[in-house]
Amino acid sequence: MIKTVYSKGKLVAKTGNEVMAEAMRQIEPDVVAAYPITPATEIVQIFSQFVADGKVKTEFVAVESEHSAMSATLAACAAGARAMTGTSSQGLCLMWEMLNIAAGLRLPVVMAEVNRAISAPINIHGDQSDTMGARDTGWIQIYSENSQEAYDNMIQAIRIAEQAKLPAMVTTDGFIISHCMEVAEVYPDEDVKKFIGEYKPERFLLDIKRPYTLGSIELQDYYFEHRWQLAQAMRDSTKVIAEVGADFKKTFGREYDFFEKYKLDDAELAIVVIGSTAGTAKVVVDQLREKGIKAGLLKVRVFRPFNGEQIAKDLANIKAIAVLDKADSCSGTFAPLFTDVASALYANGITTPKLVNYVYGLGGREIGIKDLTDIYAALGEIASGKRAVSKNVEYCGVRI
Amino acid sequence: MAAEMIEVRWHGRGGQGAKTAALLFAQAVMATGKYIQAFPEYGPERMGAPVQSFNRVSGEPITIHCGVTNPNFVVILDPTLIDTVDVVEGIGANGKVIVNTSFSAADIAAKLGIAKEQVYVVNASKIATETIGRNIPNTPMLGALVKVIGDLDIKGVLDDTKKKLSVKFAKKPEVIDGNLTSIERAYNEVKNV
Repeated sequence: MIKTVYSKGKLVAKTGNEVMAEAMRQIEPDVVAAYPITPATEIVQIFSQFVADGKVKTEFVAVESEHSAMSATLAACAAGARAMTGTSSQGLCLMWEMLNIAAGLRLPVVMAEVNRAISAPINIHGDQSDTMGARDTGWIQIYSENSQEAYDNMIQAIRIAEQAKLPAMVTTDGFIISHCMEVAEVYPDEDVKKFIGEYKPERFLLDIKRPYTLGSIELQDYYFEHRWQLAQAMRDSTKVIAEVGADFKKTFGREYDFFEKYKLDDAELAIVVIGSTAGTAKVVVDQLREKGIKAGLLKVRVFRPFNGEQIAKDLANIKAIAVLDKADSCSGTFAPLFTDVASALYANGITTPKLVNYVYGLGGREIGIKDLTDIYAALGEIASGKRAVSKNVEYCGVRI
Repeated sequence: MAAEMIEVRWHGRGGQGAKTAALLFAQAVMATGKYIQAFPEYGPERMGAPVQSFNRVSGEPITIHCGVTNPNFVVILDPTLIDTVDVVEGIGANGKVIVNTSFSAADIAAKLGIAKEQVYVVNASKIATETIGRNIPNTPMLGALVKVIGDLDIKGVLDDTKKKLSVKFAKKPEVIDGNLTSIERAYNEVKNV
């Protein structure tokens, strides 16, 4: 029987895009500027309907490109507004220049991002190449396994971004979550509004009593210090994310951490993965546990900042770990998530787990129960020494 | 995969409402207290082209997010798809197929090459024409699916559908009644012979 976690919660059947739009309605930012792109279009389309129907007081700016969407959003934020946008794939690519500026100017813009493959070849389906490409732009990145998490992450992202003074993007897997209707619990408007609070920027351009300059040129004199501050803000944001997560749990009852551990504590074999595939992997873990195989899972929810110390602790006692990347970095070496996991383990003195990196699901290529079961089987062989650890990326589901 | 989870695959043609049917079914089943998923297969959108959509139903939260490959139930909105699409793919010996057709279950079973026990038929196009006034078989097929699955609450499904339609067609009450009657009729008329 379906049930709520929060006493005043309401269960709804909604897609990932619908719940993200619903969260935006409840957040009711001052400004939303956006340009449509599959599969994120619905988010701002539904939101623009809320604006047209007078359900929110938000100023909606229909711009002519994603570059302008991010420019308008960050400019509104700089002016003192709570500002949001949404995009996907090529849209995020076109925002690239302004993504860096939003972070460099320390503007807490919040963006709903639907993960989609990037061109070429052109493809509308879900993989995480788009946001992985933006992982070093200074944006906080929070990934969602399902609609519920997308909704909860959007609400938390507002507070996280504003306290950390960093922009934040909340993602869902394109089509798999963005267009899948499932049961989600939503909270009353007033409770969400109370949780996020009012936006009170420390400095803002329309503060005519305290005028200041934002975005000035800084050469050898100050640039480095400001970029250090940006990197330090990202390091410091772990504390903010933990605090907001704790308060969210206290308020609404759902627990959110940097990582979700699923049957990991006594596990010998583990998959580390981001997004909706974690849900499918949980089913595989249950099946293997019934057979007496000590399988576990670690889902990465917050990828930026990457909490290396915690993940090293969480994975310290695993015998063999498969890190699954839904993006390839074309680096000649490993994919993004693996690189961070391996560095975190080594830097924290954890060198016993054997590691393998799989790239999967590019362009929406299916990953199912069998694929994940095969990966755990490979981990079993790696753990027992029957199979050597590959020195390169392995691929799951590609015809080579 | 938990044994109690039900997986459904809908086959229709672009524009026939296979996606809408999956969404309506999911919402109605959720109203009876179950966890649900509904999602379409996304490809090039062309009117008349074969399309699929999917449902999962369970008493427990559903975490699986891969495609449905071994459905327990297959609903076929357009019987001409039987000739062009492998509609019984992955259903195994226990999967059930519900077809909108005027032919008998035995005829369809012979055509599909599966056991007669696996086939249910209902003339949803005729029911839709008589109750809604248009050949939109997706709504009555909801009723047929609820009946064949067996342990779902048809009253709960009808109540929820009525609620949804009452909002959408506030000014056209005859549309609401027609749709509800079509679901009830298909529920009662779907047969295994």
